[in-house]
Amino acid sequence: MANFQTPPKPESASSISNPRSSISNSPNFPFPFPPFQTIFTTMPEATAAYDSKVEGNVIITRVDAAINWMRKNSLWPMPMGLACCAIELMAAGAARFDIARFGAEVMRFSPRQSDVMIVAGTVTYKMALAVQRIWDQMPEPKWCIAMGACASSGGMYRSYSVLQGIDQLLPVDVYISGCPPRPEALLEGLMKLQRKITGESSLMDQKRVLIESFS
Amino acid sequence: MALPETITALEGKFQVLHKTDFRGETALTVRREDIVEICRFCKDSLGFDFLLDIASVDNFGDEPRFEMVYELSKVLANEHLRLKFSVSEDEPSVPTISEIWPTANWHEREIYDMMGITFTGHPDLRRILMWEGYPYYPLRKDFPLGGKPSDVPQVAFTKAAPLEGGPFVTTATTATTKDREPRARRMDE
Repeated sequence: MANFQTPPKPESASSISNPRSSISNSPNFPFPFPPFQTIFTTMPEATAAYDSKVEGNVIITRVDAAINWMRKNSLWPMPMGLACCAIELMAAGAARFDIARFGAEVMRFSPRQSDVMIVAGTVTYKMALAVQRIWDQMPEPKWCIAMGACASSGGMYRSYSVLQGIDQLLPVDVYISGCPPRPEALLEGLMKLQRKITGESSLMDQKRVLIESFS
Repeated sequence: MALPETITALEGKFQVLHKTDFRGETALTVRREDIVEICRFCKDSLGFDFLLDIASVDNFGDEPRFEMVYELSKVLANEHLRLKFSVSEDEPSVPTISEIWPTANWHEREIYDMMGITFTGHPDLRRILMWEGYPYYPLRKDFPLGGKPSDVPQVAFTKAAPLEGGPFVTTATTATTKDREPRARRMDE
């Protein structure tokens, strides 16, 4: 990651053959540092093969790890609030528990923009196919948290009207016990999901699917 | 409780089959075909301005099987009147009173949904809790608490809940409430 706060020395800026460098040298340019393209366009120059300033800002990693790191810290939940668990879900999103500390504060009520569906509450048979349809509308990659006893197993509703666990319709990644769970339990489940995402091989899976589609 | 003049007025105008007083609550058993006229009389002439509830009871094993219960109230006078009549399983049909109290519309839809009693003259007799096409009436005593499998494609499906026949089941019996209410018991007992 490049550090843009460091102003380059004048002589190094003059040696750059980037047309934008003239912009950065103009007195009207509002920032005290050149646009970030200049840092990368110095790389092909023979004189800039080794740049000690750039070197300290380079991280070497696997693409999978980088992608997973970005995914797990920006999980946008689809709040599938169906019963009292949704109250605890709202509490987890509010100031005291602050789910934003884990990057999951952007509750999206559109499944198209969501990453993780938090099924919070009793899934009745009347609602079950609607939940499944919303899940189907979420783009990959997507995860599912079954929050509370009802979403995990039907809970105390061993009844003609209640689906006995959302895992009968969706693949669930994390089950959270409680009736309803405390917001801390939801945050713990979220951290468990983050840990699970860290171990995923996102690109390898795509590669395998691609290869299988050819063969 | 119902005032004595209310009871007298009703007894003078309609046929009252049975009258019970229990802890200040008066319940009148009337004829099914009179229920619309009785409700209209109670509202227009006796001043019962509020229909609290309509309930249906499944006395499974008895004949007639079902019983309808209407709870009428006079809000400012704090007067309460209960009307009852029986409905046989062979003809589970009751005239609607949704023209008199609009709130009866949804009460009667719920009874139709849960107990399978139809209401003649009802403007919109659809299921209210379960979905259209669900084949059972879940509050009937011979319906298992865990449910039965069903499927309406693209709408909803049901499965029988696990441990059906195990703990917490209702039993179809005419014995005491304790014997038939949902509680932990085995069905083969």
